[in-house]
Amino acid sequence: MGPIYDRILAFVFVLGLLIAGTGLAHADPYTDALAGFTTDDFSDTVDAINAVAVSGNPLAAPLIEALQDQRLMFSAKDKKVFIKTKDDKLLDAATGKPAEGAAPDDIDNVRLNNRVRGVLDAAVGSLTLMSPDAGRRYDAAQAVFKSRDATALPALEKALAAESNARVKRAMGEARAAIMLNSADATEADKVAAIVTIGNRGDQDAQALLDSLPANSSADIRSAAAAASAKIQRSLAIWNTVQTAWYGLSLGSVLLLAAIGLAITFGVMGVINMAHGEMVMLGAYTTFVVQELIRTRNPALFDYSLAIALPLAFIVAGSVGILIERTVIRFLYGRPLETLLATWGLSLILQQAVRSAFGPTNKEVGNPSWMSGAFDLGGITVTYNRMWIIVFTLMVFVALLGMLRFTRLGLEMRAVTQNRRMAAAMGIRTSRIDALTFGLGSGIAGIAGVALSQIDNVSPNLGQGYIIDSFMVVVFGGVGNLWGTLVGAFTLGIANKFMEPFAGAVLGKIAILVFIILFIQKRPRGMFALKGRAIEA
Amino acid sequence: MKAFPLTRLIDRAALLFLVLVGAFAIAIPVLNLLVPPSSALHVSTYLVALFGKYICYGILALSIDLIWGYAGILSLGHGAFFALGGYAMGMYLMRQIGTRGVYANPILPDFMVFLNWPELPLYWYGFQHFAYAALMIVLVPGALAFVFGWFAFRSRVTGVYLSIITQAMTYALMLGFFRNNFGFGGNNGLTDFKDILGFNVQAEGTRNALLIISCLALAIGFIICRAIVTSKFGKVLVAVRDAESRTRFLGYRVENYKLFVFTLSACMAGVAGALYVPQVGIINPSEFQPGNSIEAVIWVAVGGRGTLTGAVLGALVVNYAKTFFTSGALAPYWLFMLGALFVGTTLLLPRGIVGSIKHGLSLRADAKSAAAEDGQDAPVDAPQAAPHAAE
Repeated sequence: MGPIYDRILAFVFVLGLLIAGTGLAHADPYTDALAGFTTDDFSDTVDAINAVAVSGNPLAAPLIEALQDQRLMFSAKDKKVFIKTKDDKLLDAATGKPAEGAAPDDIDNVRLNNRVRGVLDAAVGSLTLMSPDAGRRYDAAQAVFKSRDATALPALEKALAAESNARVKRAMGEARAAIMLNSADATEADKVAAIVTIGNRGDQDAQALLDSLPANSSADIRSAAAAASAKIQRSLAIWNTVQTAWYGLSLGSVLLLAAIGLAITFGVMGVINMAHGEMVMLGAYTTFVVQELIRTRNPALFDYSLAIALPLAFIVAGSVGILIERTVIRFLYGRPLETLLATWGLSLILQQAVRSAFGPTNKEVGNPSWMSGAFDLGGITVTYNRMWIIVFTLMVFVALLGMLRFTRLGLEMRAVTQNRRMAAAMGIRTSRIDALTFGLGSGIAGIAGVALSQIDNVSPNLGQGYIIDSFMVVVFGGVGNLWGTLVGAFTLGIANKFMEPFAGAVLGKIAILVFIILFIQKRPRGMFALKGRAIEA
Repeated sequence: MKAFPLTRLIDRAALLFLVLVGAFAIAIPVLNLLVPPSSALHVSTYLVALFGKYICYGILALSIDLIWGYAGILSLGHGAFFALGGYAMGMYLMRQIGTRGVYANPILPDFMVFLNWPELPLYWYGFQHFAYAALMIVLVPGALAFVFGWFAFRSRVTGVYLSIITQAMTYALMLGFFRNNFGFGGNNGLTDFKDILGFNVQAEGTRNALLIISCLALAIGFIICRAIVTSKFGKVLVAVRDAESRTRFLGYRVENYKLFVFTLSACMAGVAGALYVPQVGIINPSEFQPGNSIEAVIWVAVGGRGTLTGAVLGALVVNYAKTFFTSGALAPYWLFMLGALFVGTTLLLPRGIVGSIKHGLSLRADAKSAAAEDGQDAPVDAPQAAPHAAE
């Protein structure tokens, strides 16, 4: 263990770093720093940690990690430091090789207190600044930015000089600026530059950092901080708006999903189906049953449960819809108020049937792995389930539009809607089309139930929560017009979310309802009313 | 219009109805107060309150029948007017509690003390006076209905559109009244009442008096409705129901007719709610639930829309059935029953009980006078040929 050996090691190491392009200058401080751990004094330990952290030695990371886990041992007598591995072997901290001979008899843990732990955390941060993984370097830079620990500065400077990834480099620059701002020996010009850098970052943390500036700063710094602060506020306001708009889109897609089936039954056929919400509920329960079967029979298929549930939900809700149309609604065509009452009765029956079969409590429907979690996009957080629901809603919408436009069934549906007698004269079996149209609307409600089971409680009352909103969307958008439903749903969703911050969730909803009530007075046929000369009988 | 011979204000059926209501109002208190509890004929105080509740529902059904049966306005938000009247009465009753509340605050109701409100909100002023509360019971639902109807009827919102926005109205009110900061007790509502006009609300005598007053209100409401539907005004209403556009083309201001009858109906619903609250002892936001309003509509449908007597009968029958089913072992099946009632009535009994009886009687009379007619009369609502969406 002579110094020559260390020199060679250091040389090899430096060579390695040079090849890696990190430009690390020298690595001797590591061995010197180790002595600090043997004095059993917190101040010495802190100095040693800082020295080790910036040493650049490959052993620094395992050593710091060991210290965090209370696995760093020392012997005061031998002036030696050991790393105890997780399987209880002793390594010589200076070389990383297994310790020779028996362990010294005065071996003991290097003790920690809160101050040491704080320094340790910062040290971990500066160590990972050199990690080969860009993501980890970025996280480390963020950690330094938040801790503003001046001791990380040397490591940061080195890492910054070597950094090639633009995103990580910016984060490091911001971290460096954060340290500069709080450091006592930074020059005025440095601080102003730092403030500009932080201002460009433009998030809540940056604002907090500027707020923490001491009040007795010079006028230059104060004016720079004010300018940066204004910039941050602008940026925050923009991101806030984007986030709210995203929530609004998400709510709008849920509304659209719930209303799109209704747009067929009410909008196209003119049938008031108060049991529409229960079709959504049936779809959600279908998902629940599918997931239960998968859990007990073949858990490996869980990620595909929604894909399996989709066609089943369509079939279940669609056949119930056809059944309802054949047994009840077809006798009530032309009597919309009676249809309303009869379907309300059906909704009560369906709710109670599900309550009897599955119990009144909420059922647990799980998220497949690809629908859980979230990711950051700029200044906003996007959850996967919301994102997929938006995508799914648009897919359903496009598929439905295409179906109405390009298939024979769609053609016949439009024909029957526009002129029932003429369609019948042309050989279209109108009663069959009625049943199929109603089944289609109900089936789409069932599909909506599959998606809504991912974000809502699956209970017998699930449908009740959507029925009024769905009618509002269809009526607002314009009856008999799918595009109107689309625009109506997203308008209402976004308006609702933008009103929430200053009106509160409930008042916002009330305001929307009042708005729609007033809107219907103004345009009784909705936003995109079909033009025509028809007058009610 | 053979089904409704509306020549005089009080025809035979109306007279029978009024006599029955009067007999009920006399018989129940007598059986409760004068017949000893040991007797088989004794009516318990619980039943007195229950019957009082049914009578209030009867008034609500009457108000719905007036607009639905005669003017074709299907309101799915009449529960809101009922509940507003109830809240006005509840506010009066809250102010009567005074220092007997849990927090013994002479001015503030308990829930306001609990929420640390410093003083009474402005809109609670005056409710300690019964006369003011009575005025509000009629005025608040009436004003809401007037404003709502003024907008709706002027812009010719009709049919299911009107039904849906009335439903949205009661839904919005429900959301509002559930909030604590609305100042109406949040989801607990108003309860723990002590006195009404100095009488204990729990006392037997008060309950019987409330029942008698409810019956009186029902009778008065019925006579008002009869007066309207048998007048020329009522004929115009029926014309609006059956052919709104044609009536307009004949020069009638359809929206004024509808607005008047809608506002009056809301006032009646408010009175029903006000009488309901002291008898059940609580008013809370669940009264605003859209489901309640739709249920009230089905009472009218079961009894027979456009008959007035049928609406009251329907309210009594359906609510008695509800009490019977939900209090026994059959409770889980009540919703099946109610649902089947909705479907069955609309499909099989579109005229309702009273409507079918009247129809049957008039058929027999026709058969006597002219042997030619058979039972193939057009139904009350002639089905139109097609579901029309493209209008």
